Amino acid sequence: MVAYTGADNPPFRLSMLIYDRRYRSLTLQAIVFILVMLAASWLIDNTLRNLSAMGKTLSFDFLFRRAGYDIPQQLIPYNSDDTHLRATVIGLLNTLLVSVLGCIAATVLGVIVGVLRLSSNWLIARLMTVYVEVFRNIPLLLWILVCLAIFTEVMPPPNAYRGENPAASMILFDTIAPTNRYTAIPSIGMTNPPGTISLGREGISWAFVAFVVAIAAAFVGRRLLRSRAQRIQDRTGKRPTTWWISLAMFALPVLFLTWYFGLHLIPPVLRGFNFADGINLDNALVVLWLALTLYTGAFIAEIVRAGILAVSKGQTEAAFALGLRPRRTMSLVVLPQALRVIVPPLISQYLNLTKNSSLAIAVGYMDLRGTLGGTTLNQTGREMEAMVLMMGIYLALSLIISAGMNIFNARVKLKER
Amino acid sequence: MKKSVFFGSVTAVALAASGALAAEGDTLKEVKARGVLNCGVNTGLIGFAAPDANGNWSGFDVAFCKAVAAAVLGDATKVKYVPTTGQTRFTALSSGEVDLLARNSTWTFQRDTDLKLDFIGVNYYDGQGFMVRKDLGVSSAKELNGATICIQTGTTTELNLADYFKANNMDYQPVNIDSNAEGEQQYMAGACDAYTTDASGLAATRASFADPENHIILPEIISKEPLGPAVRHGDNNWGDITRWTLYALIAAEEYGVTSANIDELAKSSNNPEVQRLLGTTDELGKMIGLDAEWAKRAIKAGGNYGEIFAATIGEQTPIGLARGLNAQWTQGGLMYAMPFR
Repeated sequence: MVAYTGADNPPFRLSMLIYDRRYRSLTLQAIVFILVMLAASWLIDNTLRNLSAMGKTLSFDFLFRRAGYDIPQQLIPYNSDDTHLRATVIGLLNTLLVSVLGCIAATVLGVIVGVLRLSSNWLIARLMTVYVEVFRNIPLLLWILVCLAIFTEVMPPPNAYRGENPAASMILFDTIAPTNRYTAIPSIGMTNPPGTISLGREGISWAFVAFVVAIAAAFVGRRLLRSRAQRIQDRTGKRPTTWWISLAMFALPVLFLTWYFGLHLIPPVLRGFNFADGINLDNALVVLWLALTLYTGAFIAEIVRAGILAVSKGQTEAAFALGLRPRRTMSLVVLPQALRVIVPPLISQYLNLTKNSSLAIAVGYMDLRGTLGGTTLNQTGREMEAMVLMMGIYLALSLIISAGMNIFNARVKLKER
Repeated sequence: MKKSVFFGSVTAVALAASGALAAEGDTLKEVKARGVLNCGVNTGLIGFAAPDANGNWSGFDVAFCKAVAAAVLGDATKVKYVPTTGQTRFTALSSGEVDLLARNSTWTFQRDTDLKLDFIGVNYYDGQGFMVRKDLGVSSAKELNGATICIQTGTTTELNLADYFKANNMDYQPVNIDSNAEGEQQYMAGACDAYTTDASGLAATRASFADPENHIILPEIISKEPLGPAVRHGDNNWGDITRWTLYALIAAEEYGVTSANIDELAKSSNNPEVQRLLGTTDELGKMIGLDAEWAKRAIKAGGNYGEIFAATIGEQTPIGLARGLNAQWTQGGLMYAMPFR
């Protein structure tokens, strides 16, 4: 027996790194990798050296110093004695608030417009086309400024509500007062408050916890109810009516808790310079929310339309042939398939909206860019640190949104077995 | 051949880079080579720095830019005005985008040290005030509890405001704005009850209203705001040039040197201090790397400190600011030029 000692293991020579196809790509990758790292290290080194030449060393100590400035809108307690770090958190929460509100509203608007654009009603379809084309072809900043101008110039100042014969009057049974500074809406009061859980300076009312628990329980109950209905349907072919039990599971505990805690609305009252007692929704927030919604909604409308059109007409016809009504056809056949097309580009729209919210500075909304990248940066003069930190936070935020949406996408995408 | 071209250009780039590095820290050389002074000014504050319809800048701060350009370059028009907001001004200076920042900026400890700026002096002693509409019925800042107040972000006024309301146990709602123009718009639309900034800025803003008589500036001055031009840390010679240009303007007023009589005084004055200032005797200019007549040109550019004040923000102008603290020390004010000797 002769052992074949052919080409299976030739001795390794250095020249093989270039001439052997098996190694060449590795060599090239290694070279490119080294070059990229060299460029990056040169950039970082250059930055650090120039900073130290200006006498500035990279330091994040400023985050723990007293901020000294006030922020108009705060989701958690803050005053000028707090640190820059807390101001940054306030800004981040404001960014998240407007982004979440914007994503929800833009999705609702986008889906409605996207569907209506496919409507057979000529006028509605054309109107939606006009909306989409106008909003997605004009820069967002302009829309923000236009919205701001409308709110500041058209709405009455709080003063106009004063006196025997006020120039302006509150709307919706005297509960909402739109002004050129904010929209005053009623706040919720309790005649029988159950106390609060104290978390440092924040407190969460037990009533809030009770409501969350009640609603979560209702969701679990609905799930159980549905699976039971499904089992009965599988056994007997008849699905029991569940909607009123479902409704009762949501409504009864909420109504009970409302009665038990004595929840009621406290309408805003003009006192001193401004409205008090109610909640003053800052115009900066409303303007930014509105502009982001209208702008992103136009893009989402196009994505939704594309998604629906991507589902072959045969699917609809087949569903009709099986006797499904149009609404069920849409929700059971068309939409689940359309979602596969819609979700990936929708992710980028959510990311865009979140990043676009940094235009908030144009209306003085104190988001992350306004606090960390604005006043903090200015008062401390730590441009590099503030910018790096801000970029890191936005990057992390985008990656989290992206990861979450990718999980959702994995659930709705075509399952191949 | 190709290789040598490549290495040649690499060497050239490296040399150019090192050359640029060497010039850094020598602002005088850089300005002279460029032939233009880059001066950071306000984006638009009537009286201090604002462009007219033809794009020509004028104002109190602009006049200082012109004086420095005249002293250094011999031509008061060789200035490039770089409009900066409250947010961008210090970055513009420390990044080298401007050589000199003359933008009603307050001299504070932290800016002077931590931000690596050098304030070269004070050209206007100011304080923060409030402006409200007359029909609001407010006559004191102490009555502003609960008010909505427009405030420029990134300014010392933002911090003073927070401190003042805290010290007086009052509440307020800030409306953050980016520039004076935006502040004006929000205030005029009634989006804020009061507008706060330096009292001089308030007077300048009010002067640009169609109905200045319907607005009052409240009597409280809640802070010290010494406004002055600033340069970068580390270039002491450039700091000296700008500092002594400012002193030259102030000293000229003290000694009665005006743009009208300067040529005559340069020839005939017997006052040794004036002779030294105008370069008739001694060569003070040489000590800071300029020629003997640097101060003469600076004063000629827009007049002495008093002339500039009167022409841009003084009582004869729509802004109508009194000299007050900014009078010469001989008149009970704080303007005091160090001796030219």
